[in-house]
Order: sequence, then structure tokens, then C-alpha cells
Amino acid sequence: MSTRRLVLSRSAAIIGAASSGLLLPSWAQAQTSKLKVGLMLPYTGTFAQLGVAIENGFRLAVDAQGGKLGGREIEYFKVDDESEPPKGVENANKLVQRDKVDVLIGTVHSGVQMGIQRVARESGVLSLIPNAGVHAATRALCAPNVFRTSFSNSQPTRALGKVMVDKGHKKTVWITWKYAAGDEAFEGFKEGYEAAGGTIIKELGLPFPNVEFQALLTEIAALKPDAVACFFAGGGAAKFMRDYAAAGLKDKIPLYGSGFLTEGVLDAAGAAADGVMTTLHYSDSLDTPRNKAFRLEYAKRYRLQPDVYAVQGYDTGLLLIQGANAVKGDLTNKATLYKALESAKIDSPRGVWTMSKSHNPIQDIYLRKVENKENKVIGVAAKALADSGAGCKMA
Amino acid sequence: MDFGTFLIQILNSVQYGLLLFMLAAGLTLIFGIMGVVNLAHGSFYMLGAYLAWFLAAQLGSFTLALVVGVVLAVAFGLLLERVLFRYFYHRSHLDQVLLTFGLIYIFEESRSILWGDDVHSVNIPAALSASIPLTENLSYPVYRLFMSGVCIALALGLYWLISKTKLGMKIRAGAFNRDMAQALGVNVKRIQMVVFALGVGLAAISGMIASPISSVYPNMGSSVLIMCFVVVVIGGIGSVRGALIAALLVGLVDTFGKVLFPSVSSMLVYVLMAAVLLWKPEGLFKQ
Repeated sequence: MSTRRLVLSRSAAIIGAASSGLLLPSWAQAQTSKLKVGLMLPYTGTFAQLGVAIENGFRLAVDAQGGKLGGREIEYFKVDDESEPPKGVENANKLVQRDKVDVLIGTVHSGVQMGIQRVARESGVLSLIPNAGVHAATRALCAPNVFRTSFSNSQPTRALGKVMVDKGHKKTVWITWKYAAGDEAFEGFKEGYEAAGGTIIKELGLPFPNVEFQALLTEIAALKPDAVACFFAGGGAAKFMRDYAAAGLKDKIPLYGSGFLTEGVLDAAGAAADGVMTTLHYSDSLDTPRNKAFRLEYAKRYRLQPDVYAVQGYDTGLLLIQGANAVKGDLTNKATLYKALESAKIDSPRGVWTMSKSHNPIQDIYLRKVENKENKVIGVAAKALADSGAGCKMA
Repeated sequence: MDFGTFLIQILNSVQYGLLLFMLAAGLTLIFGIMGVVNLAHGSFYMLGAYLAWFLAAQLGSFTLALVVGVVLAVAFGLLLERVLFRYFYHRSHLDQVLLTFGLIYIFEESRSILWGDDVHSVNIPAALSASIPLTENLSYPVYRLFMSGVCIALALGLYWLISKTKLGMKIRAGAFNRDMAQALGVNVKRIQMVVFALGVGLAAISGMIASPISSVYPNMGSSVLIMCFVVVVIGGIGSVRGALIAALLVGLVDTFGKVLFPSVSSMLVYVLMAAVLLWKPEGLFKQ
């Protein structure tokens, strides 16, 4: 390369850097530039609606602050992660390296989350998880800059065991899809149920997302347990409940499950879902002024009913607001920021919750029963339930 | 497992196998006769299911929805053949795979725009909604038996069509030697159109009659597509009889695998496929 071209390209680089603010001292940047919020969520594919609900919830919380975080204007960057785990690292890097976001919010799918987790641990970018419940994110691979506002996969089912034993169901069959989320949900159920004195007589599983349940339902009928506990979600959940009822099991062997069994599928499941009891950290029908106000506000703005995912997005917004306020919008002040996020108390539509040492919500888990296509809250199945955070060592 | 439970599991296997057969029959026909690898076959299954849901709600009758749905699906198949597939019979399999893979995306997106991403359900017609008690706590839904009945009727119909009718003779002739059949005055182009529409129709019918028990949801075609290919490969590509035997075999292995070897059940069907291919590299019934 000739000297003249070298000089030219160097000066161009300097001008470019100056205009993008790289040469300004960081305090000046904090005042002048916009805060960059990266949203890495599924906007296409099976989980598209979940991604939209999370973003809606997040914006609702932030816009209530005049659309600012810690006094700074916000610039949004969006990447559709397509719920494709192989593209997880690449997509996260688009936001972190190309767009240089100050905070990365995502995602829904646990496999994709593992990609984000890697990028977050390597780059140190603030990472907020609005859904994916994969254990490792707040256990073995936890990190000071990673915070979850949703749940860990074993949290909802952890609360199920005691409820079932209290109702006299001492022998249970567990059934789920054999994949990470199903296995982690089982871990929670097993801990809770055995601690309460119940016995799991058989663990049944089928490959994800296989929905041919008939063989296993026949097996359940032959085993004659007191009750059945399960983890399914989405279309498969609706089919499972319909098949369970059609096989005549519903009236003889009560069905329990993680709350995701009955989220968003009650219209599809119809009468087959009536009476099914589940545990989750939220319910649409939660009868508190906080929840009602949130639901009204959300419905007015989006002309849609919010769901548990919208609440999680909303809470992600609330958490980030608290953190950003504590550092007056300067997210590079990491020590103060993390401290604020760790000690945050979130006044959520789901109820007040706090952060555990491993950065996962300590929250109430509700017992819900399906009545007339609605998850009616019967009570609190577990108060202030924390994930064990086993194996988490913050560097 | 006592004997009663064993018999019920056999029933489960046969019923699942028959449904798989109906799906795979269309795929194997299109592949065997036109040599087209149709990855979008699962999408036609999805199309059928969504049509059943949509039409049943609009027309207020599941039976009526079935009739209208079949007509629409077959018409759609004819249209696709005319404007797209016809130009791909002589292209390489890679081109066909690219075309049909692209179609999957187009169908999924259209489905999302037209009908949204919600999970829907189709009500079982009242006359078939009962369950027959088999043991003290297990009943068998009448609708599942009805489904098996429809599958058997269609299998017999297909057998009759292909081996006993003049049209079937032309289809076989066209598959055996396209140019010779054409030289002898068989309108191979029209035959191909019919076979393609028949394949689409079979997939759509499977989707329609499966919809009340499977629910209707996005991407429902992709999981059945893989099973379809397994059935077609085991049975021998292009062989309808092979597809029937293979589908029943897969149903049996899948059902008993889930119950007896739950930890490896996801693999067993593929182990079966590998074993069959080792023993008979071209499938059970080579065309």
C-alpha cells in the first residue's frame, strides 16, 4: 500500500472514530450518545409470538419512563434469532460486536441462550434473559453480567410436589419430552415431590417434539398411579391434554403439570383442560391491583391480552430501569450497576420478586386450576422459591 | 405388561402405522412415478389440517369441511403441478430439493399471514366423539378407530386404482418407461398431473382426519415429514405396498420402543431403518 493511501485511510479512520464518538471521554459519551439496547428474540418461527410479547412488555415498562433509561435516550437494535441454536453465537455477536450494544436482551429458546451466554461471558456485555430457563445460565455458567428475569426450568415444577402430596397423591407417573427443558423440569419435580414424601413410580418420556402419546397413555392406565405430573408446552401440550381426556384418564387419574402446559393453549385444549392443576410464577387471572393495572395498560396499547412472556419482558424493563437509574445511564460503571441489579426489588404484575445470588428470580409460584378456559389462581404453591444456583461461582 | 395391555398397544401401533402409511403413500407415489423429491409433502399435511380447522369453523360441519377441503387441496395440487413441478421432473434431485425446501418456507409464512401462529383445535364430530371402555381406567376414542377405518379404505382404494383400473395401468406404464408409454399414446403429462394431485390429496386428507386428535399448529408438517421419509426408505422408494408394511413396522417399533426402552426410543425407528438398509439396500419392496 502506498504511503499516500495509508495516510488517507488512516485519517478517514480517525474522522470516522471521532464522528462515532470513540475519541470522546466516556463521561461525555454517557451524557451525549444514546444508550444502545439490543433485542435478540425470535421474530419468526414457532416462538415468534413470544418474542413479540417480550418486546411489547419491555417497551411498555421503558416508555412509562418517557422512553429513557437513567436519563438517556435509547436506540434499539433488533436481531431475529429464529430460535436456531447453531446461529446463537453469530447473532449475539451481531449485536455485541457490530452494533456495540450496552445491553443485550434475549432470548426464548434455551439452546440459543447458550450461545448468548458464551458471548456474554467473553465480552462482558450486560445480558438480561427474559425467558429461557436453561439451568446453566444461572448455575454452572453463571456470570456477574448475566441476569434472568423469568424462571429456571426446575422452578415451576419444584413447587408441584408438595401440592400433590398434600392432596393425597403419593404415587405418581412423570411424563415429558426427553430434551433439556423436560429433564430440568423433572429435576425440579423429583426434588420437590420426594422431599414431600411422594414416590415417582415411573418416568415416561418421548422424543421432542413427538406428539404420538397413545402408547404412553396405555402404559399410564396399566400402572394405575394416584396422579400424573408432566411438562409439555405449546401445540404438543394441547394435544396431550386432549389425548389424556379422550383416553378416559382425566376423570380417574388427576393431571398436574408445569404451568406452561396450560399457557396459550386453553382454547385449543377445550374441555379436556378443565380441572388440570399447574404451578407457575404468573397467571393471567392473578387478582391483584398491580396485575390488573398492567393488563389494562398493555391491552390498551397493543390491543392484545398480555401473557406470562409479556410480564417477563415487562420485568426485564423494570430491572434495567432500576440498574440504569442507579448509575445515571452510564452502564460502563459496572460495579455499581451489578450491585443495583442484584439488590433490585421488582414490583411485578406477578408479585414482588428479588434476585438470587446466582441472578435468578426468587419468586412466589402459584397453584392454578383450569376453569372455563382460564388459569384460576387457587393459592401460592411455594413462597419466595429460589433456584438452587448449584455450581455457580461468580468470577 | 399383561396380555390386555399388550393387545391395546398392538392396536395403538396399527392405528399409528395406518396414519403414517396414508401420509407416506402420497410421497412414495410422487417420488416413484415422477422421480420428484418433495420435501414440501409435510406442508400439504399441514395445509389439510388448517383447512379442516378453518372450513369446519366457516361451514359449521366437519364432514362438509372434509369434502370441500379435499376438493381445494386437490385443486391446489393440480395448480402447483402445472405452474411449478412440471418443470422440475427432469431437473436434478438437488434442484427439486431446493424448490421444495423453499416451498416449505413459503407455505409456513403464508400460513402465518393467513391463519396466524396460534394453536387451534378441531372438534371431533359428535357422532364419533364417544370412547369405548377397554379396561377399568382406559378407554379408546371411537374417532381413532374411525381414522384407522378411513386409512384402510383409502389403502384399498389406492390398491384398486393402481392395479385394477386402466388409469392405474397407465400410471404404472408411465413410471416404468415414460417415453415408451408416451409413444404408445398415453398422455403422460396428464397422468403426472393426476398422480401429483393424488399425492397432495392424500397428504391433505391425512392432515384433515388427524386434525381433531393432533390439534392444528405451526410447523406441524416438519415432524411428520421425517417419519414419512423413514417409511418410504424402509418400504422401498416408489412402492405403495412397501410403504404400508414399513408404516406398520414403524408404528410397532415406535409404540413398543416408547414403552419398553424409553431411554433410546427416539433412536429405535432409525435403527430399524439402518438395519433394513443393511439387509436390503433398496428397501423392503424394490420398485
